[in-house]
Amino acid sequence: MAKQKAEQRVDLAVVGGGLSGLTLGIACASAGLSVAVVDREDPAATMAAPYDGRTTAVAYGSQQVLAGIGVWKFLEPEAEPIREIRVADGESPLFLHYDHRDLGTAPLGFIVENRLLRRGLHQRARALSGLDLRAPCRVESTEFSNGSAVLRLSDGQTLRAALVAGCDGRHSPLREAAGIKTFGTNYRQTALVCTVRHELPHDGVAVEHFRSSGPFAILPMTGNRSSIVWTERPDDAKRLLALNNAAFTRELARRFGDHLGELTLDGDRWSYPLSLLIAKRYTAPRLALVGDAAHVIHPIAGQGWNLGVRDIAALAELVVDASRLGLDIGGGEVLRRYERWRRFDIMTLVAVTDGLNRLFANDAPPIRLIRDLGLAAVHRAPRLKRFLMRHAMGTVGDSPRLVRGETL
Amino acid sequence: MTADRQTSIDRDEIARFSALAPQWWDEDGPFRPLHRLNPARLSYVRDRLAAHFSRDPKQPRPFAGLRLLDIGCGGGLMCEPLTRLGFTVTGIDADEAALGVARDHAEGQGLAIDYRAQNAEDLAAENIRFDAVLALEVVEHAADPTLFIAQAAALVKSGGALIASTLNRTPAAFLVAILGAEYVMRWLPRGTHEYGKFRRPSELARDLRSAGLSLGDISGLGYDPWRDRWRIQPGLRVNYLTFATKPGAQ
Repeated sequence: MAKQKAEQRVDLAVVGGGLSGLTLGIACASAGLSVAVVDREDPAATMAAPYDGRTTAVAYGSQQVLAGIGVWKFLEPEAEPIREIRVADGESPLFLHYDHRDLGTAPLGFIVENRLLRRGLHQRARALSGLDLRAPCRVESTEFSNGSAVLRLSDGQTLRAALVAGCDGRHSPLREAAGIKTFGTNYRQTALVCTVRHELPHDGVAVEHFRSSGPFAILPMTGNRSSIVWTERPDDAKRLLALNNAAFTRELARRFGDHLGELTLDGDRWSYPLSLLIAKRYTAPRLALVGDAAHVIHPIAGQGWNLGVRDIAALAELVVDASRLGLDIGGGEVLRRYERWRRFDIMTLVAVTDGLNRLFANDAPPIRLIRDLGLAAVHRAPRLKRFLMRHAMGTVGDSPRLVRGETL
Repeated sequence: MTADRQTSIDRDEIARFSALAPQWWDEDGPFRPLHRLNPARLSYVRDRLAAHFSRDPKQPRPFAGLRLLDIGCGGGLMCEPLTRLGFTVTGIDADEAALGVARDHAEGQGLAIDYRAQNAEDLAAENIRFDAVLALEVVEHAADPTLFIAQAAALVKSGGALIASTLNRTPAAFLVAILGAEYVMRWLPRGTHEYGKFRRPSELARDLRSAGLSLGDISGLGYDPWRDRWRIQPGLRVNYLTFATKPGAQ
């Protein structure tokens, strides 16, 4: 028999060291668990500008989580607070207006560039002795047995873990291998993403126009910059991407409006096809799916990453509590409770984002009338509006401790 | 009943559990109720003992250096978690089949636990004493509960603690534990419990006091159907736990 390297025993093995995987690893390692995070990408490459031009809307609840696990202090200088959200139906004058002062003094959320979010997570991860980040490194095979999971890595090492977290993205190989089916749809929409500089300050106002081709969002970034998430039908998106910068900026300005003065494109343009994908189960023996591996939703409400953060806060709480009782963190009880705890939140947000997109990506006059009346009605019903705002902030329902601003 | 004189063990009870031994660690098997109860029981044991021995339960292995005995340990459902929390654990049970399962499982988990097919009086005779002794869900299976508590108490070091749990002798306990769990939900095999052997809190408290212990707490265990989990609660009508300490320096 070939001589094997000694295996390393950890409490939790996180497969995928992206935004979700690193956040989960940090949450659990901060609470004293031994964690290995395995990622196939070189961390330096993922933090360079060309890798990912997106920004993330960090909802208030997610900011509480990042603060609770010691990451927020690295992000605070890079995060632009969202003080107001204005929602408009195309060119209709009817506006739904969320002002953070309706709920108190905290901002509704923050906009952070993905590469800076990654950098902040890596800074925190390096300070944790219980977190072993292996990147670039691949998982060659994963075996689940009754008592533990064994992962063979491309660096020759073997990991033995009580629980494996699948943070391996929308095409999750772990989900496939576990035989977990998915359902969903292709939205036949493409999101164009870019950053613009503008003459005038945005004053922390986020704008979302619902247009028949899909939502057009202006998200306030640090400085006189905004992040654009611009949804078009795939053919139109292809045409727009083919334009030179000047022509593209003209098209953008037509939709953006002139309220912030002259616009200039800052950096590259990216495009992402939009789809809905939901795992039928979020767990299998000794495996929990987290973030995109469990659900990919429409970005219409800027909630995809925040939904994943709530997965992380819930799983970290269940795992840490079980560990402090000496219980098996990969046992049936933890997985059953994770599945049960997450299902309602995930399915609610799937229904809301899918419903909103179908409602607004529609030009039939009766539907326009109904939704304009709906926006106006929400605007005039302060309790409903506050509920929707809290939902956008991620603080509705039976929240995990980290989301409520408590420690693990 | 074929209970021996001078012993608290009831042989019919042992045979009843032995038949189920291979399924101790199947969370959806015949011992499912114990698996579901375990987090609530463990949190009570951890929190009481952490307070008593001044340990921080948020630290890894908070109970390192302390010896714990689990009487009626079965397949080791309490012994394993308590070993992970740092205790040096001895588990005793009269059911050899359960101990075999417990030993195999602990080995698979890489945990060192001293499992013995002995009873409390054997250990007392060997002059072994423990910082903490657990007698969970066993009082109601003992042939002589008063004698059983006295034998358990004798194994506690001075300054140590005894935690016992059992079912109250109330109509509610009869409904939940026997009619509900054994007949309606089929959580437990029929015949697992015998109503006449359930102990009222006042009776258990009297047994603990006459064994030289001072009673520190009585708490109930209740089921929360909305969250599908058990929790510690003030009401004692069905299942309850007692925490008692032996006077003297630790």
